[in-house]
Amino acid sequence: MSKVKAAAEEAKKQYVSFMLAGEQHGVDVVRVQEIKGWDLVTRVPSTPTYVLGVINLRGAIVPVIDLRIRFRLERAPYGSTTVVVVVRVPGERGERTVGLVVDAVNSVHDIAPSAIRPPPALPGTVDHAFIEGIAVVGGKLMLLLDVQALVTASIEEG
Amino acid sequence: MTIDLEMAEIINVFFQESDEGLDAMEAGLLSLEDGSDCEAINTIFRAAHSIKGGAGTFGFGEISKFTHAVETLLDQMRNGTRGVSADAVQVLLQAVDAMREMVALARDGTPGRPATADAVGERLTAILEEPANPASSRGWPPAETPAAAAPPDPPALAASPDPAAIAVVPGPPARKPAVAATPEPPAEPTAAGEQTHWRIRFLPHVSLFETCNDPLRMFTQLASLGRLQAQAFTQGVPALSEIDATQCHLSWTLDLHGAVTREELAEIFDWVDSNSSITYEQVDDSAPPADVASCAVELPVAAPVAPPVIEPCAAPAVGTAGHLPELPSVPAPDVVPARSALTAPPDASPASAAPKANVDASSIRVGTEKVDALINLVGELVITQSMLGRFAEGVDAGKDLELLRRGLAHLARNTRELQESVLKIRMLPISFSFNRFPRLVRELSRKLEKKVELRLRGESTELDKIVLEKIGDPLVHLVRNSLDHGLETPAARIAAGKSEIGVLELNAYHQGGSIVIEVKDDGAGLDRAKILAKARERGLIADDAPLSEEQIYNLIFLPGFSTAEAVSDVSGRGVGMDVVRRNITDLGGHVQISSERGRGSTIRIRLPLTLAILEGQMLRVGPETYVISLVSIIETVQPQPDHLHTVTGHAELFKHRDEYLPILRLHEIFHIEPDSRDIANGLLVVAESDGQRVAILVDELQAQQQVVIKSLDRNFKQVPGLAGATIHGDGTVALILDVPSLISRFSARTTASVGRAA
Repeated sequence: MSKVKAAAEEAKKQYVSFMLAGEQHGVDVVRVQEIKGWDLVTRVPSTPTYVLGVINLRGAIVPVIDLRIRFRLERAPYGSTTVVVVVRVPGERGERTVGLVVDAVNSVHDIAPSAIRPPPALPGTVDHAFIEGIAVVGGKLMLLLDVQALVTASIEEG
Repeated sequence: MTIDLEMAEIINVFFQESDEGLDAMEAGLLSLEDGSDCEAINTIFRAAHSIKGGAGTFGFGEISKFTHAVETLLDQMRNGTRGVSADAVQVLLQAVDAMREMVALARDGTPGRPATADAVGERLTAILEEPANPASSRGWPPAETPAAAAPPDPPALAASPDPAAIAVVPGPPARKPAVAATPEPPAEPTAAGEQTHWRIRFLPHVSLFETCNDPLRMFTQLASLGRLQAQAFTQGVPALSEIDATQCHLSWTLDLHGAVTREELAEIFDWVDSNSSITYEQVDDSAPPADVASCAVELPVAAPVAPPVIEPCAAPAVGTAGHLPELPSVPAPDVVPARSALTAPPDASPASAAPKANVDASSIRVGTEKVDALINLVGELVITQSMLGRFAEGVDAGKDLELLRRGLAHLARNTRELQESVLKIRMLPISFSFNRFPRLVRELSRKLEKKVELRLRGESTELDKIVLEKIGDPLVHLVRNSLDHGLETPAARIAAGKSEIGVLELNAYHQGGSIVIEVKDDGAGLDRAKILAKARERGLIADDAPLSEEQIYNLIFLPGFSTAEAVSDVSGRGVGMDVVRRNITDLGGHVQISSERGRGSTIRIRLPLTLAILEGQMLRVGPETYVISLVSIIETVQPQPDHLHTVTGHAELFKHRDEYLPILRLHEIFHIEPDSRDIANGLLVVAESDGQRVAILVDELQAQQQVVIKSLDRNFKQVPGLAGATIHGDGTVALILDVPSLISRFSARTTASVGRAA
């Protein structure tokens, strides 16, 4: 790794944090396009259950993935805090826009790369492959999601 | 040569215009065959001329050089010194092909001259060397021009200005101007060798540079024609503090001594004369010379300049032996071809079109009236919106309700029209596709020794650009088939009591939300017995399969089917018809054949007008609403219990007229809880794709409506059974069923389950 790159990486990255089954998760802020309230989706047949369906996002058809189902967590009723975190990740044909249903969003945190630890093997919770790393924010553990891997795998698997 | 982006864009415009020019030339040449007029030749000539000019400007010497010979021949035809022979037209058509090839090579970044161009070039030269055969019998101006009487092989030009004497403004080594890149054409008589003194007053428009014109380059070009003195006038230059370097504030007087015709001068200024003031004046040198010494810049030219070659032109020369006439006496425009260039419309300037050019290969050229319609509609929409906005400021429920309703009605109408207009931008007339057929039919009928009259109808019928592009090849296949298998030889036609000239008709028209394209011939028609025999021989059908007439005709769409007795290079390899049907099905259309033995056959293609919009039927299964393309629906029926049958415990069949159709339970395929699993309580939608029919079980039919097709795989992926999605009026998403994939998926599944059961 070049020096320049190393130096640049020391600059803090911002993460949007959200709650999922009581755990704090983070997503790189550059991946997040917007956060919108939960709304009805149109179910798409022949897709995995975690793909809730598709929504109309200002004229574009956007798939919505329920992260609780995706991570095999206990399902919870969609409530007033339930939100869709709309992320953009590189796909086969340019950028892909995908909605992720989470329990609630918290805020945006600055995290220095040096404060991020490689993910330990966590039993039972989120799939290891989709965790970029872990960090301690406000005394609590935050799982940093690798959204690109998560979205790509979720869409291609089905 | 490194080309910056802007230049690449401009060159791209040249390519686009060349394509259009070549198309125009081809169309014009084909029209020459059946009775020509002067205008047709003029059109062809103009197209060739612009291509030559553009090619020269952008340094595609080969194209420019080749086109010059073409232009020379056309010019002789145009001014009547040479008749229009079928032979010459044939060579010119081949030349158009060769030019197309060269333009393609240039576009690919490997400009060159393919072998075909050499061959065609030789034939062109051969024709040009033949003694001219004046077109006295043709319809355009005959031998009244002096040039017509001129010997075809004029003496070589003696004019060769002394390079040392050339004066030119300082600049880079002269780029070879277009005219100089054409050394070998036989020049026509002109005032060859006679030194003329031209005085050109050039008062460019301030925006000269914006249109990518460079006076320096033009002067360099002038200097290649003779001895040039340039005098610049600087009165127009503003104070340094106010000067705008992107504007041209200079004007010039140019004195050119050389064997130059006015046309040559005009050609150099061709690109600028629409926005600049240019006068050409012939100076009598016996009068005291103009005093240019005071501020003229006279500098030796830095590089040798190509020797001038005089453009062939029909300037009256023989009669006035040795002296160019005074300009005002230059006779009628039809004698001076380049005269038209003098008054060339501004659209001749590639530079002005350049900024709008789209480098993207999938660009689309849109008629201005379509854009204007959009602009108007958006204007209307803004008005309606402001009307509703004003209304919202002070609502009085009783009085204003009517106002609100009116506003909403306006808004609804404007929005709908706006959508239609936007979609129209993608629509192009089918003539873009039909245009290739005159040539194709002509060549094929020659090859096959058949006499064919091609009739094109409904050429202005519009359809989506994508559909247009994808229907081209299938149409070519069908036309080839008609020519090869459908239409008979003249002898056979006479024997059958028909006119020896076969008629092939291409017809396009709108019907409902579809476009119908017909390929119709009055040939022998399809031979049912022969098709059946062939299909049995190939093992495509069982020997005793009972088939309806339509089903027999449909056999020709099976892969590997061909009834041609001999495989010709026209058709008969058995690839084609299956591809034709697949392409059409992929576009969401279908193809139908009708035929009458001895009277001909008609192939009717029905296609959606656009791929962006679908005439949809909404249907409901349980809680879900889907859209199915109306085109694929044959009919919808309420099933009678006695029409339902179950076979081997797996497949359910529905007796529809005389056919047994497999029943496709949408709720099972999509895993939805339906209102009822009992077929008798639901509706059966009989749908067809690729000649296969199924009955789709749904709970309810809803409205029919036009829907805008949205891609599912842009953000998600392709889902089997779904063609895309659309957005309802309330903003929710509805999925569009993909009937072909549903049918093939379903039949694969039933086959598998039957296989398991066996």
